[in-house]
Amino acid sequence: MKKIEAIIRKSKYSAVKKALHEVGVNFFSYWDVTGQGNEKEGHVYRGISYSTSDIQRRLLSIVVNDDYEEITVKTILEAASTGEVGDGKIFVSDIKEAYRIRTGEKGGDTLN
Amino acid sequence: MELLTTNNVWMMICTALVFFMHLGFGFLEIGLTRQKNAINILFKNVFIITVGLLLYCLVGFNLMYPGFEEGSLGIFGFAGFGLEAPLNAEGALDLTYSEGYTYWTDFLFQGMFAATAATIVSGAVAERIKIGSFMLFTVLYVGLVYPIAGSWKWGGGFLDQLDTPFYDFAGSTLVHSVGGWAAVVAVCLLGARIGKFKDGKIRAIPGHNIPMATAGVLILWLGWFGFNGGSVLSADPGATSLTLVTTCLAAAAGGVFAAIVSAIRDKNLDLTMFLNGILGGLVGITAGADQMSPTDAIVIGAVAGAIIVFAVALIDRLKLDDPVGAIAVHLVCGIWGTLAVGIFGALAGWDQFVSQLIGVASYAAICVISSFIIILILKKTIGIRVSEREELEGLDGFEHGMDAYPDFRINEH
Repeated sequence: MKKIEAIIRKSKYSAVKKALHEVGVNFFSYWDVTGQGNEKEGHVYRGISYSTSDIQRRLLSIVVNDDYEEITVKTILEAASTGEVGDGKIFVSDIKEAYRIRTGEKGGDTLN
Repeated sequence: MELLTTNNVWMMICTALVFFMHLGFGFLEIGLTRQKNAINILFKNVFIITVGLLLYCLVGFNLMYPGFEEGSLGIFGFAGFGLEAPLNAEGALDLTYSEGYTYWTDFLFQGMFAATAATIVSGAVAERIKIGSFMLFTVLYVGLVYPIAGSWKWGGGFLDQLDTPFYDFAGSTLVHSVGGWAAVVAVCLLGARIGKFKDGKIRAIPGHNIPMATAGVLILWLGWFGFNGGSVLSADPGATSLTLVTTCLAAAAGGVFAAIVSAIRDKNLDLTMFLNGILGGLVGITAGADQMSPTDAIVIGAVAGAIIVFAVALIDRLKLDDPVGAIAVHLVCGIWGTLAVGIFGALAGWDQFVSQLIGVASYAAICVISSFIIILILKKTIGIRVSEREELEGLDGFEHGMDAYPDFRINEH
């Protein structure tokens, strides 16, 4: 099993969600995150210009069976891309075990 | 009798509208400041209207309208504690008190005004003043300084007795500048919020709820129908309707011009400047709302709107930290509006202009001196500024042990 974490633009979230559903990835969690990076956002407040390096993105956390890793990553790469700096990142890591709380069963079947 | 009833009903509606302005001030202040201080600011606002009204009942009304005797200097008078309605021969309320309102309406309308002066200060000192010190300041300023200063003009005092009487229809000076001068003094003695001026640079500290600030300004505009409309002191059809027209035109022109000037100067469509411009126009027209033609009102409002943009920038450059723009709106536009009575409208003329200058200077003197003494004593004794840790973590948690949005917290800054 693999955990795929993707940090994407909020504006790309619905496209990514739709693309993931189309390839059969139906279960994941997500939340809004604030990060630091190279991008600077310019603002003006009451005549004073300021910029903030706080960047708003959405983080998806997807746990899939090994044979789904490639298609999931590929789908996100395609659906979340604009070609501009700031499209985000994807991290893949191993998952040791998964349990379904209701039944207590474990293993790859619990992911579906 | 029917006329009195009509007049009195209008005055009571205006009283209610002025009361509503306190919600407007509250919304504006919390909107333009950070969420960690929202409870603290609302606490101050609620304290001001409640205690302000009680103080006005106890001493304020009779300090402001002492009925100066013939030959008195017209600087200080006091008609005794509490309220005492005039009675007629049958022991009922004497309805010949005024053609425009009853004694009770008179008290309540003026009482709603009184608290406004301290509310103006509240916005300027937000996010760093000790709540206890602010409450003591409010008691002294609303309870004593505001009514004594007010008696000089509205109570028939020396400014009303000048050869060409000083004119302030609804309080550009008597209410707004009185609050504005104290705001300047308080901001000077208090210092800026941590992080506002760093390494010689001015930094933005954005407010946390701009929609709420917008609601606040539009509520204030609505309240001004009563603030200026009620200052006619009757429901006189010509005077009240003209006053509402000039008031609204000045507000509109103030907003539009502040937005335009700010867009040209800062290359940005800044809603908060638009909002401050509306308020600047309202404060500007307040001194002469019943004396101006619609064109005069638009010019006065437009100038006030432009002034706002430059005044906000100037106050920043002077290293004075005024989170809500209270000094620019209430003091600078208050002075402008007061002087404008000598330049535009039915009273325009050199003698009037000089009287307006005397009025502005007199109020500057009493307000700056009295607020300086009060705040300096507070600073030297119980202190006026919260600790650094309290300021950084928010006044709500320390002064009140509460959180304005316990279930809704995204940023901590």
